[in-house]
Amino acid sequence: MGVGIEVANLNAWYGNNHALQDINLNIPANHATALIGPSGCGKSTFVRCLNRMHETNPVARATGTVRIGDLDIYKDCKPVKVRRRVGMVFQRPNPFPTMSIYDNVCAGLKLNGYDHRQALDEIVEKSLRNSALWDEVKDDLKKKSGASLSGGQQQRLCIARALAVDPEVLLMDEPCSALDPVSTSKIEDLIFQLKPQYTIVIVTHNMQQAARVAEKTGFFLNGRMVEFDTTHKIFTNPSDKRTEDYITGRFG
Amino acid sequence: MTRIRFQQSLDELKEQLLVMAGLAEQAIQRAIEAYRVRDLSICDLVSRSEIAINRLERDIDQTALDLLAMEQPMAVDLRFILSVIKINADLERVGDSAKSISDRVRNMEHMASADLPVDIPRMASLAAEMVRKSLQSFIEADAEVARSVLAMDDAVDAMNRAAYKSLTKVMEEESHLAPQALNALMISRSLERVADHATNIAEDVIFWVQGADVRHHKSATGGRDPHALA
Repeated sequence: MGVGIEVANLNAWYGNNHALQDINLNIPANHATALIGPSGCGKSTFVRCLNRMHETNPVARATGTVRIGDLDIYKDCKPVKVRRRVGMVFQRPNPFPTMSIYDNVCAGLKLNGYDHRQALDEIVEKSLRNSALWDEVKDDLKKKSGASLSGGQQQRLCIARALAVDPEVLLMDEPCSALDPVSTSKIEDLIFQLKPQYTIVIVTHNMQQAARVAEKTGFFLNGRMVEFDTTHKIFTNPSDKRTEDYITGRFG
Repeated sequence: MTRIRFQQSLDELKEQLLVMAGLAEQAIQRAIEAYRVRDLSICDLVSRSEIAINRLERDIDQTALDLLAMEQPMAVDLRFILSVIKINADLERVGDSAKSISDRVRNMEHMASADLPVDIPRMASLAAEMVRKSLQSFIEADAEVARSVLAMDDAVDAMNRAAYKSLTKVMEEESHLAPQALNALMISRSLERVADHATNIAEDVIFWVQGADVRHHKSATGGRDPHALA
């Protein structure tokens, strides 16, 4: 496994709250990595540090190194450039409600000044195909709004929107927590299809989901990375007692 | 989110398996006693306990299946339930072996007694000790006790091989003793299987407690195949 994201000595704060403490890990490229842990443990803060969204909160700050390929995201560039290389999908699907399906997908590209009509058509189709939504919406691309789709379809639309800017990394913060089992299954299948092309980091409270989709899993507790190992090891025989207590439901 | 009900269910599963273990251990001890004193009434008790063992095997599997489906256990809990399912099957086979031995004892009722070159009581004592220790390791979640069971298996295998050699020689050279020798050979084989099941139980306890898969350690270290008779 090559390294997709290299994190060294990462610390993050909200005001005086030291939310992430000395995180060091290498997230493998072209694989899915799951982050688990109880609410408030720092896993969402961690993924928000991977695309510099953390600093959008006025009282938040972060120190340390996050390297994606040859790019040191806290040193070499502006946040906008980072977010072109790192797509993100959130807990609740958030399509732009007044925009058509088509415009939702290419919103990021248009924001970056991209307006080549034929190329946009191709990117929209490719992104919707990659997010397994094309067959369901191809006849209504410009007729229907993103908000008219079901919850599961909206989430896949958001994935298509993230893929349209051709990122290297896809961050998913509890992407299925608001979805029914069928839609969840489609997103999980999608993660499998996307893995060969993208480095995927998924935050989840669903232990079975982490076990199903990820090759590596990290367990966060109280702002620290307690254990990071193969998913198989974490869920069958974790090294740290705290990991075992959490995944077996003895605390959390 | 401490899963109190789930933990209670795991405790209940363990208790069910201990009842099963008690029945299987009692069955093999009774079968050995039936052989020692040639008492057919003890054989009847073994037959009756086999029915209870079979029923309990199904109940335990059902409880374990329900827990897997409903609770989706992880880590040590998952290893525990998988081990219980496998130990359950081994205990049922111990019950079957006890029944096989008691069937041989019934067969011997009308045979003249013979002084055969095989020490069945010593072999039985060792196999029963292995069962007892493997169950102790399960009750106490003690991997070290379980490992001591693995070390005992070679001795029973060696006894079984020696019994095979000496009893086939009896059958060749003293054909009038062939029925008795054949019975003794089958009892020896049943006891060797009991020892194998005790070994399996010990391996499952190690898997549960330590997460280590120590099965087939003999082939891995170039040791003898325990099932080879000669």
